Amino acid sequence: MQSISTPILEADGIGKSFGDNQVLSDVTFSVAKGQFVCIVGPSGTGKTTLLRALSGLGPANSGEVRVNGRVVVQPPAELAVVFQDYSRSLMPWMKVGKNVELPLRRLGLSREERRKRVEQALRDVDLGHAEELYPWQMSGGMQQRAAIARSLAYRPEILIMDEPFASVDAQTRADLEDLMLDIRDRLGVSIVLVTHDIEEAVYLGDKVIVLSGRPASVAASVEIPLGTGRDQIETKSRPAYLELRAEIHRMIMRKSDTVAPQRAPR
Amino acid sequence: MNRLSQLGVIVLVLGAWQVAAATGQLGAVPTPLVVAGAVLGLVLDGSGWGPLAETLASWFISLLLAVVIGVIIGFPLGVSRVTYRMSVVTLDFLRTIPALVFVPLVVLLYGAGLQSTILLAFFGAVWAMVMQTIYGARDLDPVARDTFRSFGVRRWDTVTRLLLPTALPYMATGVRLAAAICLLISISAQIVIPAGGFGEQIVVHQLSGALPEMFAYIVLCGVLGMAIDSTFRWFERSVLAWHPSHRKVSS
Amino acid sequence: MTQRITRFLLPAIVPALLVALWWMASAGSTSIFFPPLAKIWQRFHELWIFDLVGEHVVSSLNSVLIGLGISIVLGVGLGIVLGLNDAIATAVGPLLQFMRYLPAVAMLPLAIQLMGIGPDMRVLIVVLGALWPVLLNTVDGVRGVHPALVDVAKSNRLRPIDWVVRVVVPSASPQIFAGIRASLAVSVILMFASELMGASQGIGYFILETQRQFSLPEMWSGMILLGVIGYLLNVILLLVERFALDWHRESRS
Repeated sequence: MQSISTPILEADGIGKSFGDNQVLSDVTFSVAKGQFVCIVGPSGTGKTTLLRALSGLGPANSGEVRVNGRVVVQPPAELAVVFQDYSRSLMPWMKVGKNVELPLRRLGLSREERRKRVEQALRDVDLGHAEELYPWQMSGGMQQRAAIARSLAYRPEILIMDEPFASVDAQTRADLEDLMLDIRDRLGVSIVLVTHDIEEAVYLGDKVIVLSGRPASVAASVEIPLGTGRDQIETKSRPAYLELRAEIHRMIMRKSDTVAPQRAPR
Repeated sequence: MNRLSQLGVIVLVLGAWQVAAATGQLGAVPTPLVVAGAVLGLVLDGSGWGPLAETLASWFISLLLAVVIGVIIGFPLGVSRVTYRMSVVTLDFLRTIPALVFVPLVVLLYGAGLQSTILLAFFGAVWAMVMQTIYGARDLDPVARDTFRSFGVRRWDTVTRLLLPTALPYMATGVRLAAAICLLISISAQIVIPAGGFGEQIVVHQLSGALPEMFAYIVLCGVLGMAIDSTFRWFERSVLAWHPSHRKVSS
Repeated sequence: MTQRITRFLLPAIVPALLVALWWMASAGSTSIFFPPLAKIWQRFHELWIFDLVGEHVVSSLNSVLIGLGISIVLGVGLGIVLGLNDAIATAVGPLLQFMRYLPAVAMLPLAIQLMGIGPDMRVLIVVLGALWPVLLNTVDGVRGVHPALVDVAKSNRLRPIDWVVRVVVPSASPQIFAGIRASLAVSVILMFASELMGASQGIGYFILETQRQFSLPEMWSGMILLGVIGYLLNVILLLVERFALDWHRESRS
């Protein structure tokens, strides 16, 4: 899966500031087709800002984002976003099926085709039975699955996820992590997942981008050679996994301790 | 920029009114310049102050009554679940009765004067105060109440330190709503009865064909309404400053 | 079981008590202003079930329902347009606020002079007062759409029509309904005021006429009728709201 083909998503020297407060500086990395990239960094490093720049929701001040070689100025069609706050990102006045269908309406598909896609997307996230439920009738984990289904129904090439599992319990979180790996394997989408959890980043990623400093930049880009078919227990007890986890942990600590104050804003 | 656009809209509307009225598109309606002159006249020659005092008197006394009686009725109903559920349908019925329906009755009983407009405005406004007081008393945080209980805080202290602070923001909202209703009903009653104040002036000048003065009084009613509402909004915000909690506002 | 009984009985106790109290206290009343409730009830029965309904009730309901209907259509429509355009909404804000504080009853004398005492005049007066609560609440509701939903819509590239119809309007609907409720209260007041001053029909006109003839039991029957109609309109609106906002109530419990 880690074939080094042409990148589908490129971040090239992204900088972003809000007034005098520079949040991102010269962030550069790329995502290959079908690659699972995790962006990790401590809270408040501007991960969400970076994600908004990647998805075209909050354009950067400098540098550019390219999707399939085209510069992103507004949310591109190849890309779907799953937000952290699933309880707000689903419309409480629509049943789950209608929520998933909403973005499909502009595609000019027949009613039948839309239905097929909705059913398919819900089955992809194991929510085949939930189409007629309202979001507030479901658990947090199910709501986040529904939000993922809404993004998948659109058949994006890239899925961007902002701390998607931050507010679900540990077991649900593990299930959702494995669901994302499975979706990547089956559907071949590229996934960019933003998280503050190093374990999650190493477990999921083919590549982990370590974001650190103030303003934040890429402290390291670490390839994770753990292969496919990962398992919550087996993978997480492998020496390679533990070593990578410790290495990234050290990187974040060191960077935020010493390097940050020296780095001048560009 | 915002101020500028807001000013622009007002100038635009006034301009359109001026042109339309000046070219006779609006029939007998005077131009805004003429109305402005009439407003100035009412202020300068002092003829506007008497009606203002009458309208304010009706507004203030009815508001005072509505607030005091609203709190007295609302608190006991709000603190207990049983009393609340017993009274809620009755209150819902009473507050949907339009206060002006009592105009014919109070005119028979008290004549066309201050007493009548005060009673009508009081009846219109008291329910807003009752409801907000009830919301306030019901909003008591169960954890806070248990905390007070577990420390064995005295009953009186529980009322003054817990119940009152919880209910105060709601009551401030109630006072603002009641203030707006009292003014609206006072003026409306003064018009339909007619019974003094700005309201009677509007009718009198309309009947005598003095439309500039009539519009001047209508404009003054609007200005008074805005002034009272922004005053009480400011008051509400300052009460809320130390209590940034959620609240039920039914504006 | 006892729980269900108390749930329905408890709220009924107070109204029943109040009516009983009124009935007994006024039983031997000789005051012409406060006739015995029994007498009022008798007149109510003779007049309103259903002799005068066609003449007065229909006319009053017409003013309220047509006026309120126009206000809702105009208010929600304009409110959405204004709410979606931040610059325009800010610019017309002070003007709208001022319009709201103009007492619509104050326009009655002029409206009567310009339009006579017909039903059109009464509908106009109702609209003049009832438009503002629903309009201002719609603007607030539309502007208050949560930023998270804006992100969802943008990243999913929703069509503008889907954004407005399927996201903005439902999201603003609790506030729109709150506005409609306030507008209904204003509508009933203005219907009544306009009938007091300029009508030859309607419950307000009836109450005024009976007052002038010192027919107090009849007057009271009219007042009670108006109270009941106002309450029923409110209940109907609440039922509609409950049905339309089912998701809102459930999603919060």
